[in-house]
Amino acid sequence: MSKLTDLSIAEAREGLKNKAFSAAELTEAHIRAVEKARALNAFITETPAIARAAAAESDKRIASGTMRPLEGIPMGIKDLFCTKDVLTTAGSHILDGFKPPYESTVTRNMFNDGAVMLGKLNMDEFAMGSSNETSYYGPVINPWRRKGSDAKLVPGGSSGGSSASVAARLAMGATGTDTGGSIRQPAAVTGIAGIKPTYGRCSRWGIVAFASSLDQAGPMARTVRDCAIMLKSMASHDPLDSTSVDIPVPDYEAAMTGNIKGLRVGIPKEYRIDGMPAEIEALWQKGIAWLKDAGAEIVDVSLPHTKYALPAYYIVAPAEASSNLARYDGVRFGLRVPGKDITSLYENTRAAGFGREVQRRILIGTYVLSAGYYDAYYIKAQKLRTLIARDFEEAYAKCDVLLTPTAPGPAFGIGEKTNDPISMYLNDVFTVTVNLAGLPGLSVPAGLNSEGLPLGLQLIGKAFDEATLFRVGEVIEKAAGATPRPQSWWEV
Amino acid sequence: MATTRTETGPLIDGATGKWEIVIGMEVHAQVLSKAKLFSGASAEFGADPNAHVSFIDAGMPGMLPVINRFCVEQAVRTGLGLKAQINKHSVFDRKNYFYPDLPSGYQISQYKQPVVGEGIVLVDLPGGKTIEVGIERLHLEQDAGKSLHDQHPDQSFVDLNRAGVALMEIVSRPDLRSAEEAAAYLKKLRAILRYLGTCDGNMEEGSMRADVNVSVRKPGGPLGTRCEIKNVNSMRFVAQAVDYEARRQIDIIEGGGTIKQETRLFDSKKGETRSMRSKEEAHDYRYFPDPDLLPLEFDDAFVARVKASLPELPDDKKDRFMKDYGLNAYDAGVLVAERESADFFEQVARGRDAKLAANWVVNELFGRLNKEGKAIGESPVSAAAMGSIVSLISDGTISGKIAKDVFEIVWTEGGDPAAIVETRGMKQVTDMGAIEAAVDQVIAANPQKVEQAKAKPSMVGWFVGQVMQATGGKANPQAVNELIKKKLGI
Repeated sequence: MSKLTDLSIAEAREGLKNKAFSAAELTEAHIRAVEKARALNAFITETPAIARAAAAESDKRIASGTMRPLEGIPMGIKDLFCTKDVLTTAGSHILDGFKPPYESTVTRNMFNDGAVMLGKLNMDEFAMGSSNETSYYGPVINPWRRKGSDAKLVPGGSSGGSSASVAARLAMGATGTDTGGSIRQPAAVTGIAGIKPTYGRCSRWGIVAFASSLDQAGPMARTVRDCAIMLKSMASHDPLDSTSVDIPVPDYEAAMTGNIKGLRVGIPKEYRIDGMPAEIEALWQKGIAWLKDAGAEIVDVSLPHTKYALPAYYIVAPAEASSNLARYDGVRFGLRVPGKDITSLYENTRAAGFGREVQRRILIGTYVLSAGYYDAYYIKAQKLRTLIARDFEEAYAKCDVLLTPTAPGPAFGIGEKTNDPISMYLNDVFTVTVNLAGLPGLSVPAGLNSEGLPLGLQLIGKAFDEATLFRVGEVIEKAAGATPRPQSWWEV
Repeated sequence: MATTRTETGPLIDGATGKWEIVIGMEVHAQVLSKAKLFSGASAEFGADPNAHVSFIDAGMPGMLPVINRFCVEQAVRTGLGLKAQINKHSVFDRKNYFYPDLPSGYQISQYKQPVVGEGIVLVDLPGGKTIEVGIERLHLEQDAGKSLHDQHPDQSFVDLNRAGVALMEIVSRPDLRSAEEAAAYLKKLRAILRYLGTCDGNMEEGSMRADVNVSVRKPGGPLGTRCEIKNVNSMRFVAQAVDYEARRQIDIIEGGGTIKQETRLFDSKKGETRSMRSKEEAHDYRYFPDPDLLPLEFDDAFVARVKASLPELPDDKKDRFMKDYGLNAYDAGVLVAERESADFFEQVARGRDAKLAANWVVNELFGRLNKEGKAIGESPVSAAAMGSIVSLISDGTISGKIAKDVFEIVWTEGGDPAAIVETRGMKQVTDMGAIEAAVDQVIAANPQKVEQAKAKPSMVGWFVGQVMQATGGKANPQAVNELIKKKLGI
């Protein structure tokens, strides 16, 4: 059965339609894979019973000729999405035992389209992290290893369970969320594709909030086409999310023509940062060459405020987080550590319930919003955000899409950066600008480095122009050639 | 915040001389709306604890607020009623603090950019003076839930029914100068809100609550340090709280002390204010724009549509009553204080002698209602019956005196005034022959008084009284008066 887990979503869709195999068979293969891969720690909660029930329903639908767009496709759900009656932790101790009585809009959209949920995926606590090491449920292990080494590497973060499960063929696709790069960076370092859609494209309703003005859900899958298939189902206008945008979701697959002749691809010079590893620079050049070969026009552009993006991000995101996380107080749900009065109940619960990185960001956020500091930090960061968005607008006068590396390096070792938050934060250097400007960004697998680790290229699009990203992304994907699958060293 | 009022207000005595009280008010008015400000949950009062709580109100993970359009319309309506600047672009902010009845750990409010800007309220004072009180702003915000500390020996319970209910915070300039003015302002504001239908003004149920900022100063001097008094929940308490607080501050200053800026709580049982928290202990609310909500934007057409739907407000109604009905300012003011009273009056006055109608409604009816603690809606005498009584007086069917008897009968027994007058023989005697006979009889029986009246014409009233008595009050007093004068040759 192992080859069923190697299929892409598009291939599985054909197979199910042609009755080459059943949804039950496809789901069983993935449930088995999940069970055998517990060493990766990709899942916080496995839901085989739910998966089997959904697969049975899918087989009925297939038999009756009423197949839905994601019919019978086994997926993992990042544990930031509230799933009705299924434990939802956000990777945090503080949500102990929390089973939401509601379903997030994105997962509801997917289940309505026939997706099969294998379980809830591990992640950095409250999506704060770039390595999945801040999870209360322990780190996720990247299925990829350096050539000749058995050192455990991180799968990126915060959607590390998503990236690892898709790369290791445990799930055909997974949901992720991306606040500063949390879909794209883990996709890049595990050799899969992942897109952060335009802010407002997917509803945030029912997704545990990290930084509301930056958070956006998106798909992670092994091919660009699979991401397109998933996003079509995930995206919707949602009256329950005031920041969700009411514009039609196009047929992304139809836009994937393979033709990028005459397309103008911008190369932002500011992304050539100090100390960028040679292999990243080389990868970037390779990407430029692939697109040029496919008929695109390469244009040099400037995004002059790029250097302010990371500091602006690390003010805005913690500020919003400090407020968003105030509701975890031990009063209504999740963990409660009693105290002699209400204040000590708060203090005890939050001290025990939040990990160090979450506490650090709450403190940063509280500080930058405090009287006397608000103007110097928060207001200034918001102004920078406007300038960064303007940079993109001006660049898009000269080009249709931007090409950059996704991350400044390949997967790093577990524990390597945990004591150096700044170095950890630098992982987001190419991705945060996109969140600050609310634009879509796609990470495409672009081959392996000399150590045999995957690297990714990022395409940044105009607002709501995900279609162009998929079209160009597929061109890169084809040029780079199929990413090999990691050795299944984890299987028991 | 500057005061817009220039003249010195009423002064009170201290040991060292006269003092002026300076008062500004922050009124929280619950928006009349079926649903809460950001969730679809019911905003109705009086349900079982936690019966009206959505996942949003409970601050559940991943829940998002969505603005209730109707509440925005109500705020704009109120702003227009306060003759205020309407801000077509405003912003919802988060006010962050921890409390168990604030589930999300922040209150969604409006901080730097409120939906309504500056306006004015005209306040009529007893004695006929009218003052202009500046409105600084009106903003929309969520109410918190309610902590119940008396339900369990060592636990507190939380009722979230009120959490998320829409409030309008209406902030006045410090333009008020006495307890009386503060109470009159609150009364006027309440009347405007009730006219507009944007708040029911029910202070007992907490749908209107006031925080009162009080400071004292020497007349014409710089503004003193203010204390904010919370939890002042009736007109009477406003007056009590202001008087107590002003006296407290004057005593401190005159005793050589200084006033500390602080928040104080009004204890309605003791009629005192007591310290709640000092300025140093004040929360840092870390306001910032709520990223879950877009800025609140609407266009001129929306404002125009709301404006077109505004009812006639108390000030305009009062002007019209004075102009069209010829009422004096006092009667007009009393009649328009409640929309129901004004409507009642207009029903009574329609097609009748308006001044007479006002006189009867204000003096007889309101006097009686007040005495029995009844609202106008509970009046046993309907507007139609009241109107009928006025008509009966006007067309001379009954005298004013008989009318009082008729009023009494309708009040206690009900019934149609015209029928009562008819069946009980209360009709005024208009038969001149009968009146003349009665007059002749009185003159004949009192020759001494006749002589006195010739010397002192005001004695005529005594004769009128005698005749009225003789006719059981049913003679037309006007006719009697004229006839007596004629007969006595005065």
